[in-house]
Amino acid sequence: MKIALIGLGSVGRGVAEMIAKKDLGLTITGLADSKSGAMDSGGLDIPALLAKKKKNGYCGDTNLAALDIINKADYEVLVEVTPTNALSGEPAIGYIKAALARKKHVVTSNKGPIALASKELRALAQKGGVALRYEATVAGAIPIMHTLEQGLAGNEILALYGVLNGTCNYILTRMAAEGLTYEQALMEAREMGYAEADPTYDVKGIDAAIKLVILANTIWGNGVKLNDVDCTGIDLLTPDALRLAEDDGCTIRLIAEAIPRKHILRVSPRIIEKNHPLVVDGTLNALTLETDMAKEITLIGRGAGSVETASAIIGDLLFIKDRYDGRA
Amino acid sequence: MLLFSFRKLYSAGISKFFGYAVPACKIKDLSKLPCYYWSGGFVQVSMKLEMKDSPGQLVAALKPISDVGGNIIAVIHQREPDSDHDTLDVQIVLELPEGRLEKLVELLKEQGVHIQRIGEQRLLYKRTVILIGHLMHTGLSDTVDQIDSTGFAEVSELAMSMPAVKDRSSSRLTIKSVSKEDMEAALAILRRVSQQKSLLLIEPLEEIA
Repeated sequence: MKIALIGLGSVGRGVAEMIAKKDLGLTITGLADSKSGAMDSGGLDIPALLAKKKKNGYCGDTNLAALDIINKADYEVLVEVTPTNALSGEPAIGYIKAALARKKHVVTSNKGPIALASKELRALAQKGGVALRYEATVAGAIPIMHTLEQGLAGNEILALYGVLNGTCNYILTRMAAEGLTYEQALMEAREMGYAEADPTYDVKGIDAAIKLVILANTIWGNGVKLNDVDCTGIDLLTPDALRLAEDDGCTIRLIAEAIPRKHILRVSPRIIEKNHPLVVDGTLNALTLETDMAKEITLIGRGAGSVETASAIIGDLLFIKDRYDGRA
Repeated sequence: MLLFSFRKLYSAGISKFFGYAVPACKIKDLSKLPCYYWSGGFVQVSMKLEMKDSPGQLVAALKPISDVGGNIIAVIHQREPDSDHDTLDVQIVLELPEGRLEKLVELLKEQGVHIQRIGEQRLLYKRTVILIGHLMHTGLSDTVDQIDSTGFAEVSELAMSMPAVKDRSSSRLTIKSVSKEDMEAALAILRRVSQQKSLLLIEPLEEIA
């Protein structure tokens, strides 16, 4: 199956490397980073292009832009892994629309388009008879979308609770374990490469809220938006608060929670028993689904990382390959 | 850093759990009792027990309570002037995690304790929250009063830590209420008060139902 890969940051590189390394029946025929593009319907030489990117800062022909690749390359699935723009969703929304207009399947790790325009994009995909899949947008390597779609098919999902932001979880783990202040733990997270220079998006709970919106729309199709999430971050927590929780056999974690029957859609620091399955350490993510038949299911795994996220994207690609083989 | 913790005796209204007035009660030191962690519902039970008036009997009768994860709230030992001296009547008030009462009755019988009657029960909900902010400047006792004055919920435990005067302090409040709805109402009040006083309220993650 032929793939056009747009975006060559950490995630894109992971996807390209894994496709080149593993024998999965996937061929990259189009590739674009922010400065250049390359295409070859016979399949691109990925190791050579990645080496060029490392050396020059771009991978292909600087006269070719991402949209040129999307509109002209010979491919069956667009893999869109450009950085998230939470406000506009662009340019990713434009990329995805262009591919759907050509009746190409789309796999993305980009939260912007799915949180902001999933209804429109899904309608376009349906119209074109192609798939729009976004396993990698939520909880990195955890196969939450596949679990919802296949494993828990037929279940009614009553509620979901999740630890969806690795940066916050790392900071809270360190504050609890070492008695660090929020500022100290944040500095440590930065040194470890777990926090951005501007951590607002993570520590204010916005990243977790966007993921919650994606999950809620996927599960219940209720059209909720980021503004509907009651969102509190972790930046005002004190080491004393963590110790007070600890004295009671508990700790504090940033929990994203959706319970439609109670109209709850919330991201907030919560007191939680230390032996609760959602209490995971470091940058791990965790998700508990409460369902009518299966009852509670908890998934734990890595929420970020180059190859970890590639795992989710490749899972989507192989799903499309199985489902649509010979029909796309 | 100042750290203090106190526990209010949940003694108010004990008499209403019995069908009749209770004379002077001896409330045991609650801090020495086992505290079973349970975030679901509690049942409050009063029992009138009859046991042999011999050394060790009372302790033997009380042990099953901690075995089933219960908390003793009060032990009332009442000698009837005209009772014969071979037996001893003891009233106890305790709280139990829901669904453990049957097991307790069974264990008490095994100890040779005769249960004269089991009093009226009521659900007892307990939630622990943490408040962060300028708690003293914004009137901590007023914050607590807003819950206590409802009549259906009260702050039963408060632990607090105050670093330097200008820094935000942190406190842990345990709230008890009669019903789940009352607990929701109490938490709603606390949410409103926290917002008014710019305090960060950290609620517990509710047990997944």
